Amino acid sequence: MATFATNEFRSGLKVMLDGDPCNILENEFVKPGKGQAFNRVRLRNLKTGRVWERTFKSGESLPGADVMEVDMEYLYSDGEFYHFMKTDGSFEQVAASVEAVGDAKPWLKEQEIYMVTLWNDAPLLVAPPNFIELEVVETDPGLKGDTAQGGTKPATLSTGAVVKVPLFVNRGDILRVDTRTSEYQSRAKG
Amino acid sequence: MGEWRPGTDLSTLQRRAALLAHVRAFFAARHVLEVDTPILGATGGTDPAIDCLRTVDGFVLQSSPEYFMKRLLAAGSGPIYQIARAFRAEEAGRLHNPEFLLLEWYRPGFDDFALMGELDALLASLLDGLPARRMRFRDLLADRLGVDPLLEPAAALVLALTRHFQQNGREADVLALTGGERSALLDLAYSEAIDSLPGAWFIHDFPPEQAALARLRSDAQGARVAARFELVVNGIELANGYHELRDAAEQRRRFEADLEQRRVSARWVPVLDERLLAALEHGLPDCAGVALGLDRVLLLMSGVNDLDTVLPFSRLRI
Repeated sequence: MATFATNEFRSGLKVMLDGDPCNILENEFVKPGKGQAFNRVRLRNLKTGRVWERTFKSGESLPGADVMEVDMEYLYSDGEFYHFMKTDGSFEQVAASVEAVGDAKPWLKEQEIYMVTLWNDAPLLVAPPNFIELEVVETDPGLKGDTAQGGTKPATLSTGAVVKVPLFVNRGDILRVDTRTSEYQSRAKG
Repeated sequence: MGEWRPGTDLSTLQRRAALLAHVRAFFAARHVLEVDTPILGATGGTDPAIDCLRTVDGFVLQSSPEYFMKRLLAAGSGPIYQIARAFRAEEAGRLHNPEFLLLEWYRPGFDDFALMGELDALLASLLDGLPARRMRFRDLLADRLGVDPLLEPAAALVLALTRHFQQNGREADVLALTGGERSALLDLAYSEAIDSLPGAWFIHDFPPEQAALARLRSDAQGARVAARFELVVNGIELANGYHELRDAAEQRRRFEADLEQRRVSARWVPVLDERLLAALEHGLPDCAGVALGLDRVLLLMSGVNDLDTVLPFSRLRI
């Protein structure tokens, strides 16, 4: 794997730091006019999700991390692992741990496409699409004709996620939900 | 493919032109002579932390017009200024472009404090917060990092910096960054101390290790300091000035120490500028000089935070 010097650090570059793969978020070149140069770098640890800032001496380098972001289709869970398949026609499959699935767990729907971050070909992170359509499996009965704004109630979706929905929503409705905020967007069909 | 448009909008281009016109009018009124010296030299500056760009046929693009301007002063030019292109290798970032515009001027009969006053006058109508407040380097570090750089050993700087990074939730291996070496520790401490320092400040009386081309003197507590200052506005270094060193023998010693440091750090080692040293031996008038980064002045005037928006074509567009 190539190494990258501080002047090549840019947002999105994946590097190894302290044994963990990291995504560079920001790189600020700092140099007093007459003095030695430093780089203040903000990175996200892709294993822990933690963001931190580290100061480097300019010219220092880090090894690149073999990290790829790949679109994959969710297949099923065997109770321990979550299985995804590449969409490039290779039918290649990977098994993601519950840690890798993380916050995407309540949004896992079969045949939906997820962005899977692979590190040395092993799944590290799973990101759901920003919007997903899911069926309501449990909610209080809808109030006919009540399409006014205001009241909400909880609804359980087919993946287990619970979101707040307007009162008119019924069991069996398909909802469009923003996975970033867990917010109801609209009814996909009636 | 490729963005052909400039980074500046029309109003920034006009502001840039107005800034240059303001500088020329300011110095014309004060009878300071405009000069222009080569940007293509036979050799370059010795600063241990500044690398010059070199051409394939052995010329060196000047990192500042200082050496040529001092030769003019020694030849009897009187007060002079220059709006000069300057070049520094591997300086690239939000606040750095490898090619930039310097305003450099020299005032026979001035000391560093008199020159700070003239900088205030030049910038008063351009930037908020001027005249700049004044603070000694040692007071800046005492205030921001809790360490006195003139009295305490390098180990105290290491501790103070380590504590500073921890308190701000940041990671830095201070020893690895600096090698525990005093001058590098002072560079790091200074960068950290001025970062996000609100308002306009002249930082003066630098540690003697950071004298560069300034003469040394004693401060009120009897500590040796360099007659060097910087103007820092909202954490951005705008200018660096000296009550200039005139002693040719001392200048040669400093140059040779710089070159030794460059050898040790495996950097390019320029040939000593013997013509400059000969000019100093002939006699440089007692003077103060300062270099002001005009692109950064324009950055602050425009209320933006990236040079790409005040340079017509920054390194990202060439």
